[in-house]
Amino acid sequence: MFGRRVRRHRSGNYTLRIDDQERLLLEHLIPQLRELLMATGPSGAVPEAARRLFPVAYVDEENLEAEYQSLMRDDLLRRRLEQLELLEETLTRDQVSEEELDAWIGAVNDLRLVLGTRLDVSEEDPPALDPTDPDSAPYAVYLYLGDLLGELVAARMD
Amino acid sequence: MPNPLTSTPVHEPTTDETVETDTPWVVIVWNDPINLMSYVVMVLQKLFGHSREKATKLMLDVHEKGRAVVSAGSREKSELDVFRLHEHGLWATMQKDDQ
Repeated sequence: MFGRRVRRHRSGNYTLRIDDQERLLLEHLIPQLRELLMATGPSGAVPEAARRLFPVAYVDEENLEAEYQSLMRDDLLRRRLEQLELLEETLTRDQVSEEELDAWIGAVNDLRLVLGTRLDVSEEDPPALDPTDPDSAPYAVYLYLGDLLGELVAARMD
Repeated sequence: MPNPLTSTPVHEPTTDETVETDTPWVVIVWNDPINLMSYVVMVLQKLFGHSREKATKLMLDVHEKGRAVVSAGSREKSELDVFRLHEHGLWATMQKDDQ
């Protein structure tokens, strides 16, 4: 539909032909994800919308699960905040390094996981939403992020 | 009392230890409706060094059967694998391979 907008260069860097409107949308979403992440403390409950960002490791082992969460939650949180920050820092750039592209991929995937959880998406085809439905705008954003992520991943795997 | 410096220690494993050391753990990735198939393939290649073909086959197993074992080994190794999968937003759990 768009042609290749994300491409790997011989230098190892990637060019991004992303519209200003798309960058504005991401700029708008970044602080929302940061706020949600910050509401996820080192211990204690995870907000429902962030459930997929901090999953359970041990299904049947309560003590090992508590230990896993106490050891790993901080690292998981730090990594998510770091990649979000790197996306924010490079948001207006037309060229990014591989490390920066990986941060784009990771942060965009986090955004999709949160939106998809909130919208309770299924594997069925997208529902035909009434534009007055309050879910129609976030659903459009979710679908857009899926397209963008697909483009970023395709370039990374070239 | 045996001299601790000269006697050969005989390690008598308890039942618990036997379970802990002998039972391997498996790491399972579960199907989820959010992650893109291409993204899952990319992550499996990156984390486990699989070829594109092998990673695609694993991803299709997850997608079609609802779950797939992506690694097996000690508890420590499995926990690290689960953590790396969680870092990348995949829905992964681990359990003893005795079922």
